[in-house]
Amino acid sequence: MSILVNKNSRVIVQGFTGKEGTFHSQQMINYGTLLVGGITPGKGGNKHLNLPIFDTVEQAIKATRANVSILFVPPAFAADAIMEAAYAEIDLIICITEGIPISDMLKVKQYLKHRNSRLIGPNCPGVITSEESKVGIMPGFVFKRGGVGIVSKSGTLTYEAAYQIVKSGYGISTAIGIGGDPIIGTNMQEVISLFMEDSETDAIVMIGEIGGQIETQAAQWVKESLNKKPIIGFIAGKTAPKGRTMGHAGAIVGDKNETAEIKIDILRDCGINVVESPAEIGVTVAKVLSYRRNKI
Amino acid sequence: MNLHEYQGKNILHSFGIKVPLGKVARTPYEAITMAKKITKTTGSNIWIVKAQIHAGGRGKGGGIKMAKSLKEVYEISSKIIGMRLITPQTPKEGKLVHRVMIGQDVYYKGKSEIKEYYISILIDRNKEKNIIMYSQEGGVDIEQIAKESQEQILIEEIDPYFGIFDFQAKKIAFNMKLPTQVFKEFIIFIKTLYKAYVASDASMIEINPLLKTSDNKIIAVDTKVVIDDNALYRHPDYAALRDIDEEDPYEVEAAKAGLNFVKLDSNVGCIVNGAGLAMATMDLIKLSGVSPANFLDVGGTVDAHRVEKAVCILLKDKTISAIFINIFGGIVRCDTIAQGIIAANQIIEGGIHVPLIVRLQGTNAKEAKKMIDQSRLCVHYVVTLKEAAAKIKEILI
Repeated sequence: MSILVNKNSRVIVQGFTGKEGTFHSQQMINYGTLLVGGITPGKGGNKHLNLPIFDTVEQAIKATRANVSILFVPPAFAADAIMEAAYAEIDLIICITEGIPISDMLKVKQYLKHRNSRLIGPNCPGVITSEESKVGIMPGFVFKRGGVGIVSKSGTLTYEAAYQIVKSGYGISTAIGIGGDPIIGTNMQEVISLFMEDSETDAIVMIGEIGGQIETQAAQWVKESLNKKPIIGFIAGKTAPKGRTMGHAGAIVGDKNETAEIKIDILRDCGINVVESPAEIGVTVAKVLSYRRNKI
Repeated sequence: MNLHEYQGKNILHSFGIKVPLGKVARTPYEAITMAKKITKTTGSNIWIVKAQIHAGGRGKGGGIKMAKSLKEVYEISSKIIGMRLITPQTPKEGKLVHRVMIGQDVYYKGKSEIKEYYISILIDRNKEKNIIMYSQEGGVDIEQIAKESQEQILIEEIDPYFGIFDFQAKKIAFNMKLPTQVFKEFIIFIKTLYKAYVASDASMIEINPLLKTSDNKIIAVDTKVVIDDNALYRHPDYAALRDIDEEDPYEVEAAKAGLNFVKLDSNVGCIVNGAGLAMATMDLIKLSGVSPANFLDVGGTVDAHRVEKAVCILLKDKTISAIFINIFGGIVRCDTIAQGIIAANQIIEGGIHVPLIVRLQGTNAKEAKKMIDQSRLCVHYVVTLKEAAAKIKEILI
């Protein structure tokens, strides 16, 4: 099963022929992702990396039956490209682009309300279902197949978590970077609920950071939901100064509910196993899962 | 991007918002010239001298004063320009004031009573909407009001598609208990303000106080405007307003090199790829019993030169006692990072003089280790975060 993407996902790339688009498309093909084409307006009809180029997403879907689109479109054009993909009724849109103006994202969110497409990101590493499909920019070799789902606001911290989990003898079902911007498509709670329904996922790792309230909102939902899978959490930014943006546009403490300390308290209150140190993610996953196995 | 008060007012004024007449001065002499110019228009011999720094609470720190003669304009300006202004929002040592704004006094007496209000427009991340926050209690510290009487602060959500409706503008006016004589002007004001917020790609506009004058005008007496950095490409005129005097010089230098850097007040430096891992690394340093000197994300497209630059910038701070380099190579290759570290060691006079704890994990990690071993650069090589924490403890505690 896994969630969102698998070996049958038919992927197109928006911003296909640019530097980033080209590099990561090749990496995805190498990983085994079923890439079926790409979009670069004005270059339709040509080929790139042995795949067809289209002028519009609509044409690409018609010709390739694609159901997932990944975006490497520059920030000034990214919002429009997301809406184009949603207009063409693609199932899943994964936006890697960092630096989209926040007012553009407000528009995007408004538009998506009336559409059936799901957006992941922007400003994210993408989605990977281990050993099946990588629709993103993560280093594929880190992700060994297994039963732990990862949802995270951060890229490299996701790789770190996956590395630790694999080192502890477990593996990853699907890992999803939801993005570090203040306004994002799919939030933590939505991803966790997908993991809860996924038969291949036994435990969930959620990695958050300062800023916003999607971690606490997810935790409160978990507390009230009936489907119980163990969740291991980490919140980065205990040492971040108030009022400063820490790399991610969304990583800034606005009010007192957005600090790492308060989030950790609330997560624990909701039954999430929060680790203090980023070095303890893997061992804690192993501890929780082996305990569970022994109990059964 | 933060703007100075005078810059924010100029932007609002360009949209048609009434602001007090104000002019910027860099010297006390210039201040007198500006005061005279203002008097030509207003006829008043009272001026407000306001320090221009990127921080609120200026009045509390002595950065805002009233002058009742040109002599006082001179004296007050001499005192404020060049002072280190300390407010609740500045660093401990305060901020150096480079310029003042000489402003028109709008608190003149007249037929009706003067009253101050509070208004801000900002984004609510959870609701994914812009909101207007307002209160009939203005002029004072809004955080204080929020703490003591939260019911005094009201919020109106704005539809991202339709913008502010007339009935919402009226509702705000009613809730603020505005006198009926200024109703019409206020409705125009609030709609214009929202228009300015959207058109300028602001992420926040705060007006505190908003003033109803004694002759029933609505004036934005003090403003704070923040523009969304990601939207600056659409507004080259605003981008040009950046005042690097207000920023940490190390941070400015780092930004030029493409590094995402935030300076902190301690002594264990770190160089990391990715914002999340960078924050987690800072947390790890703290958990080891010492404190991080900075946040530094080298970014996803880092080259050797940028790493070299990162090491050099960190070592400019003489209080740095160690550097922890934590890279999880995916797209970023560890050998590229190693090359940068080795180059920095050669460039810096006498070599890197503080202990280096290096963790290069992921793509080309083996090649990177080999390069560092061959360079005979003295480093503490660690493989996992756990080992890194133990090493930091061992070296520094």
